[in-house]
Amino acid sequence: MKIFVCIKQVPDTETKIKINPDATSIDTTGIKWVINPYDEYAVEEAIKYREANASAGAQVFVLSVGPSKRVSEALRTALAMGADEGIVINAPEDIDCYSTARALAEVIKSEKDTGLIFTGKLAIDDNASSVSQMLGEFLGIPHATVVSKFAWSPEGVSVERDIEGGAKEIINMTAPAIIGANKGLNTPRYASLPGIMKAKKKVLKEIEFASLNIPATDIKVKYSQLSLPAEKPSVKMLMGDSAHQVAELVQLLRDEAKVL
Amino acid sequence: MSKVFVFAEHKNGTLKRGAMELLQAAQKSGNTVIGMVVGTGAEKAATEMGYHGAQEVHVIKDSNLDAYNPELYLSALSSVLEKTQPQILLASATSTAKDLFPRIAAHLKTGVVSDCVELSISGDSITAKKPMYSGKAFAIANFENSPLKIVLMRANQLPVAAADTSKTMVLVEHALTKPDLKTVIKEIVKGASEKLDLTEANIIISGGRGLKEAGNFKLLNELADVLGATVGASRAVVDAGWVSHGMQVGQTGKTVAPTLYIAVGVSGAIQHLAGMSGSKVIVAINNDPGAPIFQKATYGIVGDLFDVIPKLTEEFKKVLKH
Repeated sequence: MKIFVCIKQVPDTETKIKINPDATSIDTTGIKWVINPYDEYAVEEAIKYREANASAGAQVFVLSVGPSKRVSEALRTALAMGADEGIVINAPEDIDCYSTARALAEVIKSEKDTGLIFTGKLAIDDNASSVSQMLGEFLGIPHATVVSKFAWSPEGVSVERDIEGGAKEIINMTAPAIIGANKGLNTPRYASLPGIMKAKKKVLKEIEFASLNIPATDIKVKYSQLSLPAEKPSVKMLMGDSAHQVAELVQLLRDEAKVL
Repeated sequence: MSKVFVFAEHKNGTLKRGAMELLQAAQKSGNTVIGMVVGTGAEKAATEMGYHGAQEVHVIKDSNLDAYNPELYLSALSSVLEKTQPQILLASATSTAKDLFPRIAAHLKTGVVSDCVELSISGDSITAKKPMYSGKAFAIANFENSPLKIVLMRANQLPVAAADTSKTMVLVEHALTKPDLKTVIKEIVKGASEKLDLTEANIIISGGRGLKEAGNFKLLNELADVLGATVGASRAVVDAGWVSHGMQVGQTGKTVAPTLYIAVGVSGAIQHLAGMSGSKVIVAINNDPGAPIFQKATYGIVGDLFDVIPKLTEEFKKVLKH
């Protein structure tokens, strides 16, 4: 049985975003790329599952769609954490969620023997939270996103999904299924030094996006006019003793900001 | 004329504010406004959708749709969408919609954009502005090769007009076609709070390490009760186990954009700012004048929160009574 984990590379949270002159993309020079934080939970859950069910002989495959040279680094990191094999789908930077999901679906279909698929609930760059559900549809299998608890039994998969107001849905799905990981699912391990050494010898296969015959009409969304947030006027500090500060704050909220 | 389809969520038949915002935007576009609402109480919600500008509302009253099941909702929505053939679909970016509509988009071979904060409709075309890179940039999403353009808007971004109870709509009822389910919702475990979710709340009061211990969140709860606000938290106090992860605002928690955000004892780590910098008015209360939160704030108070918050609660009580 194969367990697939789909991961994305995103700029590190601390990155200062600069926009290219054509305003359709960001300037990627000097950016430190990391595995999308939610995808780390996905990698961890897949490895944990394999370890807990060693007799099942499952293998963990990590996949990523993007410029080969760069995303290979993310895959090596996942291999160093303990994934067994990596697959790069070498694609242009700007393909959208729909085409990404189509590409992942094609590759996963051709690999066969899918037991489970893990992803992050969303990627923190475009914040689209779309690929997992689209992949589920293209593969014709059930999905659950924002998952903070996962269990597997021969009857299928049981997950807890976080919804509004701190509530949770307990969901059963038939396998194979796609699980979109949320924070809280686990604590991702760090890649150990022996893990990093081993990862260098693991298989990292490369597939050309172009070879998957995904039509250009499968690009559904394009971004333009990227902009930085408007500068906020500087903070108004309220002085005096606390009684005075509080009275002034409430008056400003009511009369100046008009939010009460 | 083009058709704009608004999928509404409701609570016991009362429309959520987000749906009213979308109906208003759809109406303003001059297109035909078609609504859809499902589950127990859908008929009452449909009437309200009419008051807010829907000309025709499709309803499936089946109680199987009271809880969200992606497969049932996909079946319900796609059959109505195939019958009505709209060019644009609007829904609020709730946990249901964000899970459902990408799957619907894949099913209908079309595009979807989530978490938008502005939209512009002209005839059958729509563009939407959305935050990227945790709010450090914005982009305009443009649809291509999309027979149906699906836009999920964050709540509290658009104006709502008062309900016009003289307006009527045409109610169209459908039965639910139940597919063989691969997904079963076994149970819904209620959260501790009956308040509006952080992502929908108009006022949020967030607490951080400055509160010193979990029990002191009661100060914020008292203030929240006076303001009708929802209480949130920083990652530090969630990781410390003071409050549940559902309350976390920021990078690995929720992204919020209320009208008023009051940060109490929150230093303002970049991960926190990523989740709340879209708020309209930000108040920071912290004893450290160097706390980064002040750089994002509209109003700042340097002071002892244990002194300031109870006074603030009393002051709001006085003012809001009038």
